Amino acid sequence: MASQPQVRPQARPLSPHLSIWRWRVHMATSIMHRATGDGMAIVGGVLFTWWLVAAAAGPEAYQQFLDVARSPFGVIVGIGLTYGLFQHAASGVRHLAMDTGAGFEVGTAKTTATLTFIFGIAATAALWLFILL
Amino acid sequence: MAVSRGTALGRVRGLGSAKEGAHHWWIHRLTAVSNLLLMTWFMVSIISLPSLDHFTMLEWLRNPFVAVPMVLLTISVFYHIRLGLQIVIEDYLHGGARIAMLFLTTGYTLVAAGLSIFSILTIAIGA
Repeated sequence: MASQPQVRPQARPLSPHLSIWRWRVHMATSIMHRATGDGMAIVGGVLFTWWLVAAAAGPEAYQQFLDVARSPFGVIVGIGLTYGLFQHAASGVRHLAMDTGAGFEVGTAKTTATLTFIFGIAATAALWLFILL
Repeated sequence: MAVSRGTALGRVRGLGSAKEGAHHWWIHRLTAVSNLLLMTWFMVSIISLPSLDHFTMLEWLRNPFVAVPMVLLTISVFYHIRLGLQIVIEDYLHGGARIAMLFLTTGYTLVAAGLSIFSILTIAIGA
């Protein structure tokens, strides 16, 4: 087995460590992708399940869900979740494009990162103007 | 330089140290695209409804062209949630806490998806 490659320690890629990264729009996009993903995974996932179980359980259970959803607290959570959805979708599409090897030039990466925030905020504002007006 | 890892046979198989290669990565991308399509349909459908009261919801979910996409959306979204949470857990947690959280998130997504699908089918098939 003389041809076997030499065993040596190799540097493995590290996950982002918040404390050593300088704040830039592309790293903020990356962090927001995780934050919105986690938020929707837990809060969104639980509320989605509650909504469907309540609908199946009957009118009283569904009314309890609606009362919470329509309360000021419910609306704030709703705005947060829809922003999370639009932000995560936008940075997700950016990830899919970058998976092909495209858009890694500093200028392009910065522009597309900024665009995810513009889309996230604009789409959330448009949706809630439509719902509340 | 850092590209060559493992044995020649291992590199040809391309399955990496976890023995499943890019499976996790690939399913995460597949469900990202299906989430994009299904969530767009979901958001447009929900805001097009005249009201969100109980009767309207039941009528909506009884339509097979709503119930089937809703079941598919539930599977796609909770699978994607499970894969995404796993990445974050494996990045930041180690040892026992990592194992415990992987069990917890797997259990959470299976139970939530199970309850959601059962509820959709209960409404759609009637009871």
